[in-house]
Order: sequence, then structure tokens, then C-alpha cells
Amino acid sequence: MVIDTGPIPNAPSLWRVRLGLAGRSLKQNWSLFLRTRIGILGLVIIVFYMLLALAHPILMNTVWDERIYDPVIGFAFDETQQPAPPSLSHPLGTDPLGRDILSQLMFSARSEFLLGLLAAVVTVCIGTMVGATAAYFGGLIDMLLMRLADIMIMMPGISILIVLSALIEVGHLELALLIGILSGFGGTGVVLKSQALSVVVKPYIEAARTSGGGTLHIILVHVVPNLLPLSFLYMMFTVTSAIFSEAVLSFLGLLDVRMSWGLMIHTTESAGYLLQVGEYWWLIFPASLSITLLCSSFYLLGRSLDEVVNPRLRRT
Amino acid sequence: MAAYIVKRVLQIVLTLFVFLTIVFFLVNAQPGDISRLYSLDPNLPPETRAQMQELFGVNEPLWKQYLVHLKNTLTGDLGVSFSLYPRTVADVIKERLPRTLVLFLTATVVSFYLGFGLGKIIAWRRGGWVEYTSTLGGVTLYTVFTPWFGLMMIWLFAFKAGWFPIGKFLDPVVWQDAPSDANTVFNLMLATAVVLSLITFTVFLVTGKKRLGMARALQAGIIAVSVVIVLGVWLSSGVGYLAWDIVRHMVLPIATLTLISFAGTMLLTRNSMLEVIREDYVLAARAKGLPEKAVRDRHVARNALLPVVTSFVFSLAFAIDGGVIIESIFSWPGMGHTLVAATVSEDLPLAVGTFVFVGLFVLLAHLAADILYAYLDPRVRY
Repeated sequence: MVIDTGPIPNAPSLWRVRLGLAGRSLKQNWSLFLRTRIGILGLVIIVFYMLLALAHPILMNTVWDERIYDPVIGFAFDETQQPAPPSLSHPLGTDPLGRDILSQLMFSARSEFLLGLLAAVVTVCIGTMVGATAAYFGGLIDMLLMRLADIMIMMPGISILIVLSALIEVGHLELALLIGILSGFGGTGVVLKSQALSVVVKPYIEAARTSGGGTLHIILVHVVPNLLPLSFLYMMFTVTSAIFSEAVLSFLGLLDVRMSWGLMIHTTESAGYLLQVGEYWWLIFPASLSITLLCSSFYLLGRSLDEVVNPRLRRT
Repeated sequence: MAAYIVKRVLQIVLTLFVFLTIVFFLVNAQPGDISRLYSLDPNLPPETRAQMQELFGVNEPLWKQYLVHLKNTLTGDLGVSFSLYPRTVADVIKERLPRTLVLFLTATVVSFYLGFGLGKIIAWRRGGWVEYTSTLGGVTLYTVFTPWFGLMMIWLFAFKAGWFPIGKFLDPVVWQDAPSDANTVFNLMLATAVVLSLITFTVFLVTGKKRLGMARALQAGIIAVSVVIVLGVWLSSGVGYLAWDIVRHMVLPIATLTLISFAGTMLLTRNSMLEVIREDYVLAARAKGLPEKAVRDRHVARNALLPVVTSFVFSLAFAIDGGVIIESIFSWPGMGHTLVAATVSEDLPLAVGTFVFVGLFVLLAHLAADILYAYLDPRVRY
């Protein structure tokens, strides 16, 4: 039975206290984050690509003619030969099929972000729930979930995605779900479980249990929030692996997507310009560098968050 | 220890079983069966089709097919490849597995030593420009878009500089009137490499207890002598130029694989070192007046090694995966290249067979890493 004593007179409301605490820790963490420097670099690159992604629909609706600049079905009528070198109207040139490279790059940035975000959210949702349940219940449930995690970790990720793409139509959505499941039940789940193990022995869990909190309530309200900093960190690494896998699979021509950075290089390869790096650099460098930069920026961000979240890595 | 190994082996067998089950049901979730391959042929009468279904066993109930699939996989009968028609899948794999193993093991070992050595240094010089440049460089290499990186390596060192051949396993012109075929030569090379590494390992094991200066001299001497002997044998054997051709083809893929995978070890070593540096015994070692290098290598790095070895488990799977991409870029005819080629050409038996073997390989690597870990850390007793 829960006894409601009502609000204590003259005390600040619970939410205001919580907000104040959250604000203070945010400030502290931000200054820690600023000191890592590499994290800032990562953040700058991510913001740059976000701006690119946001600018694309605006440009399409205002300056760019849809027939010329459409990333998939456009054709640069204003150029005499394709692929055309960079010019004022096409800052990064056109691809062998006469499509504007910059437009493709910006259009794909959006889907890369969506893919990364979705994969990360799926991973973290599954991973947190797996970690919290395994740590809270222990015993048989723990054993089953951890053996499943073993299997997931042992799965050769890219190979399984390659084989799956031969069997089913894999697009961005399916890819994000697959990566989320593989990583959430696998590595991320294991790490979050080890964190959750140190949470479930805390006195406030016992207190919640004795005051009559249900299992679901305790897991969702008391365990999961304490896993969030760490799971946020793992979101970054999942984004890296999601973007990377997408790029590799679409480079091999195995994904069912309309346009992506990997597909741009696939187009270059199938048109036979792959080894003419010097003469046709704009066919290879923009897309490849974008994949590399975005992957490493999320990774750098994750690493510097690691230094913020993990007190043992802090400088004395 | 023995009980632990038995337990791990049992777990691995169970995992393999689950893995095979997943593969079977993935393939069987597809519409139609193998007789559909011939369904485009209008002259095929229904009774022939039924006969064919019986021949392939697809008219049996699912559980029976599943048992047959398990039995066939475990006895090594993986069917016949579509794209390389008369050859069986097992035959193709037997030829290509060693090629992948060499590529992958060399790169893993080299990148492990490179990463551990560099990680030690950057942890010791925390905050300096050395740390930032190597962290940045390491992360960039670690997350670089592998196909592009491989391509750049080919373009720079093979296409422009012309030092190495562009991809593939051997140069057909060199092999035109070769006295023996590629697989024989390659297996001989493999045997040589195994013998050499065994010698190195034994030398290190035997001289490990000796004084440092003498041990170094002995190790270097014995290894140099055996390398010279092996080189002499190869040069006088008459197939030395063929082996050299294969080695030339191996350099670029191994270098690329090493470069993309050493950073993981490096960054992890750094983090692990930073955690160990705070221990009291490091302070004690410094207080004793030991030189910085001795504190770093003997007191910190030794203890920082454990998590690095654990992550080896993850990096093994990662390297095999990375190998898939590297192999297809360099057209290196190993498992990864076979997997991608079979998938693209919809050669299902070959794709599934290769996939099963890649999975098996990862499982064995995990087992090896687990045993190594239990051996290295006496505290681990599950």
C-alpha cells in the first residue's frame, strides 16, 4: 500500500530539484567534454554534415532545377560530356550518368543520419532492456540472454549482412533493424549488463522493492535511467558501424537503396573510373571522404564521451 | 583449467548448432525450392519435377530436411557450387581457406604488436601532440571506408609506383610453364611459415628465463640463422620465383589490413594503460627509482595487456569481416572474396557454405582467445 503524504510545505518541487541537478551535471560534463578536444572536432564534422543534409531540400526548392539536380533521376543538360569536372554550376562535378555529385552527397547525408540514428536507438533500446533484465533477474534469464549475446558477438557482421542481402531485399530500414538487433543483443547488451550489475545492488533498488515497487517499475524507473549515460556512449559507436556497413554493402551493390555514398562509389566502379583517381577525383573522393569523416567523427565523439562517463580515464 | 576448456568447447558446439540452425531456416524461409531453378524450362514435365524434388530431398518434411542439412554440414558435404559448376563447395573452400588464413593471421599478429607498442607510448605521453596526432590518425584509419583505403593503396603503390601487382593472387605470365601448380607452392609456403613461427616461439620460450642481453642475442641469432636457411632452401628449390610472385601479391592486402586494424588495439592499450597507471604498485616502482622505461614496460604494460587480449576476441571477428572487404577489393581469392562473389552471382550453396565456414572460423578464434585469456590471467576461473 502506498501512503500519499502529500507535498511537504515550503519545499521546492521535486522536478525543480531534479532539473537543477541535471543542469549542474550537464555543465560539469560539458566542461570535461571540452577538455578532450577530439570530441569537439567530431562534433564540428557532424554539425557540418547535418547542415549539408538540411540544406538539400531548401536548395532543391529554391535554386536548383529539379530536372538537373535531382540526385537520382537528374541530368546535367548544361554539360557537354559526362562525367563533367567541377564547375560553378556543379561544384563537385557530375557522375558518369550526368547527375550532380554535390546534390547526391547532400541527399545521402540525410539518409545516413536517419539510418545511424535508427540503428542506434534500436540498439540502445534492446541493449538497455537486455542488460537491465539480465542483471535484475539473474539466474536462468541472465544465462539465456548472455548465451544469446555470445552468439550475436560471434556473428561476422558484414558477412551475415552480405548473405542476408542475397536472401531478402535489404533497404535502409531493414539494415538499421538488423544492426540494432545484432549489436543490441550482442556487445552493447553485455556491456550494459555489467553496468546494470553495479546498479541493481544499490540500496535505492532495495528501498524501491520494499516500498512495493513492481518489477517493471523498478527496471524502467530506477535501473534504466542509470544506464543511459553509458548507452548514449554506445549509440555513437553503433552509428559508426551502421554508416560503415551501409557504405560497404551499397558499394558492393547489395543494398536496395536509391542513393547513398556507397552507391555513388559503386556507380563509379561499374562505369570503370575506379582506378583513374587522379583524372576523375571528384567521382571517388567526395563520397569516400564523407563516409570516413562521418564514421570517425561519431567514433571520436564516442571516445570523448567515454572519458566523460568513465571516471577512471579522467585526468587527475 | 581443463574443466573450463571443456565447458567452453561445449558452449561453442552449442553455438555452432544454433548458428547452423539459423542458416538453415534463413535459406528455407525463401519461397520455392531448388527445383524452381529449372521451372523456366517449359519442357519439364511434372513427373520430372517431382523426381527432381525427390532427388534434392525437398519433398520431405522440414524437420527431416533440417536433420539432413545438419548431417551434411557436419560431414563436410556442402553441395555443388552453381557458378563453378562441376566443383563441390567443399573443394572450393579447401582451396581458399588457407589463403584467407595466411592473410588474416599475418595481419592480425603484426597489427597486434604494432598497436600494443604504439599504445604504450601514447599513454605515457598523455596530452602531448604525439597523443593527439596518433589518436586522430588511429581513429581515421580505424573508421576509414575500407574499400576506398584499399583502392588508394592500390592506386598509389601498384598503379602509380608500380612496386606491387594490382590485386589477384598470382601473375599468370610468370606461372605459364611453372613446374608445379599454385596450391602446392602455396601450401609449401604455408608449411614454411608454420615451421618458422614454431622456431621463433620455442626460442622465446627457452630463452625467456635467461638474462636480458643474452636472451636478445640468442633470439636474434637463432631466428636469423633459420630465416637464412629457409631462404636458401627456397632459392635452390627451383620454385622460389613462383613463391616470390605470391609474396609480391600478398604484401599490399596484408599492409592494408594491418593499417586498418592496428588502431583498435592501440586505442584500447592506451585506455587500459591509463587505468593501470593509477595503481599503487606503479607508484611504488617509481619510488624505488626504476627507470621510466622499466616502469612502463614491466609494471604498467604487463598488467594493461589483459583487457587488450580480451578485445582480441572482438578484433578477430572484426578482422575477418574487414578481410571480406579487403579480399574483394584486392581480388584475393580467399573466403571473403568467394562469399561476396557467390552472393552477387546468387550461387546459394557456395555462399551458405562459405558463410558457415567463416562462422566456424570465428567460433574457433573465440575459443582460442578464451583459452589464452584463462592461461594469461590466473584470476580467471569460471
